Amino acid sequence: MAIKMKKKSTSTDMTAMCDVAFLLLTFFILTATAKVPEVMPVDTPASTVQTKLPEKDLATLTVGNGKVFFDVKGKDIRKRTLELMSNKYGVKFSDDDQNKFAIMESFGVPIQSLKQILDMKPSERSKVQQPGIPKDSLDNQLADWIQNARIANIEIQDKELQIAIKGDAKEEYPVIRRVMDILQDQKINNFSLVTGLRGKEK
Amino acid sequence: MAELNTGDGGGKKGSKKVRSKKGNNKVDLTAMVDLAFLLITFFMLTTTLSKPQSMNLGLPDKDPDKDKNKDVKVDENRTMTILLGDNNKLVRYVGLLATPVSGGAPKDFVYGKDGIRKELLSRKEAVLQYTGNKDKGMIVIIKPSKKSNYRNLVDILDEMAIVNVPTYAIVNDFTPEETKLLGENAAPVENAVPAEVPNP
Repeated sequence: MAIKMKKKSTSTDMTAMCDVAFLLLTFFILTATAKVPEVMPVDTPASTVQTKLPEKDLATLTVGNGKVFFDVKGKDIRKRTLELMSNKYGVKFSDDDQNKFAIMESFGVPIQSLKQILDMKPSERSKVQQPGIPKDSLDNQLADWIQNARIANIEIQDKELQIAIKGDAKEEYPVIRRVMDILQDQKINNFSLVTGLRGKEK
Repeated sequence: MAELNTGDGGGKKGSKKVRSKKGNNKVDLTAMVDLAFLLITFFMLTTTLSKPQSMNLGLPDKDPDKDKNKDVKVDENRTMTILLGDNNKLVRYVGLLATPVSGGAPKDFVYGKDGIRKELLSRKEAVLQYTGNKDKGMIVIIKPSKKSNYRNLVDILDEMAIVNVPTYAIVNDFTPEETKLLGENAAPVENAVPAEVPNP
């Protein structure tokens, strides 16, 4: 008799557990942000510093192979930045282009050829070799992108834009220095360096 | 375990069939819960781990007018200069290059725990004893050469954070002697402006 009783109690009511599990699952799926494919994958150096990058009000400068790619978070800010840039350089973008720009990943082309990149399908963009944003003193579009992104961010969010440099570990120092100089020319003296995670002991 | 309520074929209106339905209308949810938790784990890990780490770096104001950039004079006994060269070469000296303090002659080190970190820790103690003032700690001057790479810079900044060096600066001008120390013909970086970084 006793053995029979035990057999009966093996099945538990999973309904409540299932409910909780799916509630949590829904929460995490909704809060998760889809990972945007990177146009230029870089291998960031490791560090033990644990500070995380902010989610908003952030511009990322990806540096690799001597090229600089630019990315700003936030659709509205991206649109406004593009508007300011197109006014400055006299390059016209249609509404459709602006919407594409708002949802696109980082880019590394001169503004004159930005339209070609926008016309491509997202999957094609990463296959094209992008030459990087011009950053020399004669044609310093990078500085203008940063400047206009800051203006746009202040207009929309009323906050100062944070700048992060995401450099490839093997990148030579002069290129990083050039980017830092551009930032410093705009009185941006405080910025972040994106690093990977390193274990405690090394 | 499967206690799925299988249909009775329908149509028949026997009272026995109705009773059997009441008995096992439970579905086994174990597999479903397993799957749900697996997905939860996946989403939890990906959301928190995908945020990249970052390191804050503050640089001093840079005036476009060169004359306004004042060089800060500091006690040479408190300074350690770290030169970053190519192929992960790292040379440090303490004090002035021509007259280094005792034990501070230019010497090669390696990155990491057993290399430069030990030296930084011991120097930090020594400087504190020398000044006898907690506010006057060690000053580290980091000089990355043209051949050094970004990983070297981040590594050394990371060491600064680990050792908790109160003041460090990134300086870009090389003297010919320092270039010689690195054993390379890296030309001095032109248009160099000293940059001082207070530890955040």
